[in-house]
Amino acid sequence: MAQGDVASTGVKRPPVPAGQAGAGRPPKAAATRRSGGSELTRAKIRSAVLFLLPMMIVLALVAGWPLGRTIYFAFTNATLNDINNYEFIGFDNFYNSEWGGLLKDPQWWNAVWNTIWFATISVTLETVLGLIVALALNMRFPGRGIVRAAVLIPWAIPTIVSAQMWGWMLHDQFGVINAMLLGIGIISQPIAWTANPDTAMLAVVMVDVWKTTPFMALLILAGLQMLPSDCYESARVDGIAPWKVFFRVTLPLVYPAIAVAVIFRALDALRIFDLIYVLTSNSADTMSMSVYARQQLVDFQDVGYGSAASTALFLIIALLTVVYIIAGKVDLSGEKS
Amino acid sequence: MTHWSLPSKIGFYVLLLAIAVFALFPFYYAIVSSFKSGAELFTVDLLPSWNFENYFAVFREQPFARNILNSIIVATVVVAISLCLAVTASFALARVNFRGRGLLLLTVLSVSMFPQVAVLSGMFELIRGLGLYNSLGGLMLANLILTLPFTVWVLTTFMRQLPKELEEAAYVDGATPLEIVTKVFLPVLWPALVTTGLLAFIAAWNEFLFALTFTLSNEMRTVPVAIALITGGSQYELPWGNIMAASVIVTVPLIILVLIFQRKIIGGLTAGAVKG
Repeated sequence: MAQGDVASTGVKRPPVPAGQAGAGRPPKAAATRRSGGSELTRAKIRSAVLFLLPMMIVLALVAGWPLGRTIYFAFTNATLNDINNYEFIGFDNFYNSEWGGLLKDPQWWNAVWNTIWFATISVTLETVLGLIVALALNMRFPGRGIVRAAVLIPWAIPTIVSAQMWGWMLHDQFGVINAMLLGIGIISQPIAWTANPDTAMLAVVMVDVWKTTPFMALLILAGLQMLPSDCYESARVDGIAPWKVFFRVTLPLVYPAIAVAVIFRALDALRIFDLIYVLTSNSADTMSMSVYARQQLVDFQDVGYGSAASTALFLIIALLTVVYIIAGKVDLSGEKS
Repeated sequence: MTHWSLPSKIGFYVLLLAIAVFALFPFYYAIVSSFKSGAELFTVDLLPSWNFENYFAVFREQPFARNILNSIIVATVVVAISLCLAVTASFALARVNFRGRGLLLLTVLSVSMFPQVAVLSGMFELIRGLGLYNSLGGLMLANLILTLPFTVWVLTTFMRQLPKELEEAAYVDGATPLEIVTKVFLPVLWPALVTTGLLAFIAAWNEFLFALTFTLSNEMRTVPVAIALITGGSQYELPWGNIMAASVIVTVPLIILVLIFQRKIIGGLTAGAVKG
């Protein structure tokens, strides 16, 4: 953000002459460009620049600079053991005729597919379950506070801890899940949940749904609690079926809250790392894009290629976000409300 | 609910019970397992015994106390820096109209949303260049990318909700913007600061990718990495009792904090995500 942009701005709010505050708004024409605005307004904007500067410098240092360097590294053959010694190789990390590059790596496409599959399934499940939990918690019943507190607990547990807890519960020989399923006779022999290619992704989804449904539920609950109660009263008096009320009134009204919650969760799901890394390690069956990029970067010491994967992940996420915001008409900045 | 029929009431309570069991059972089972040792671990049992051996073993067999201290230091410093920078920045973003404000807010938001792995190699180079590899300072620097955009965003939402009269009266009395932030807004805002700080603390406490990549030795690890990398006597045998004990140790304080600040946390999360 350029400083000049801030300094030369036309001011939206009309100046308030001292002593007249609250005595109605002066005409808008008073705020002409550059010369316009009272001493106070200009002082406000000057200090706003000063107020923002430290935050912007730190953000540029810890986010802007590293992101720029990562994108730059994507076009080099840098390695981890000698990160200062590299050559510029153009698009070779992405595509080349010799060994193919990222775009021809089946492992990478497997990771892309895994990530998108995981994000779609888990966010869908979390939204549906979260909506059910939110609707239940929106009722008045004795002990509501306790149930709401209980629902918050999975959210409060660190991802690593939930991964280990579930890793133990899903243990092939001594896990409680297998014991329960064997007990009620659903399965006849223990399942190696996290090691078996057919069930490993299922296990990851299960843990993620357990951990983040509460977050979803609370965000939707907050949306539900802002709905006007009078239309429910009249719907009840008119004897309209509850499911009709839900689909015709509740769902449309709570849609903005759900839309924002979904995008927050989806962005989280698309960059998933911890849960998969701990639960199933570097297994190719469940490898996400983040796990793939870090493996290239750290385990295989290939900074250039790993950065190319990171950059690709960044682009995919940015693209999906823009498409979602435009298609879903999501008001993220909250400025319009 | 008063007008509900009996079957739907029963159905509703069954649903609530299912929700509660689903939410609580895994952590309960971790607690039960943390008290078991040796062969006991390999029998499924739903009631706890009171054997603290695993809890001692965690501290004896690895520098777990040091790991906890590392996590506390890193998270506290990062949250303190983030809050200091965010208070003035969010005042400017919430209370002063300038062109480009919406764009700046979206930039801050997008930083909090982009994948951590996208800055990994650049951050690695930066941390090495500053001589901060395998040190808590390096983790602090890296974690700012998680906490700073988040605190700015949430505090901006809180600041926007405060009434206009609050600052106008002070401007009339000739206060400078800095005085307004420190003397008018800060006193009203401290509950929001506590909430935001707590949420940022949890985020920094749970951070895994940076801590895994930018530290090398056991002594410099933070709690999540330490728990993820606990190993047993042989590579075929994971000490599940120790892992569960360590998990319970780091989770119980968080759960207590979350339950105490329950209402505020829900408010903060909603302010951060949903603007209705």
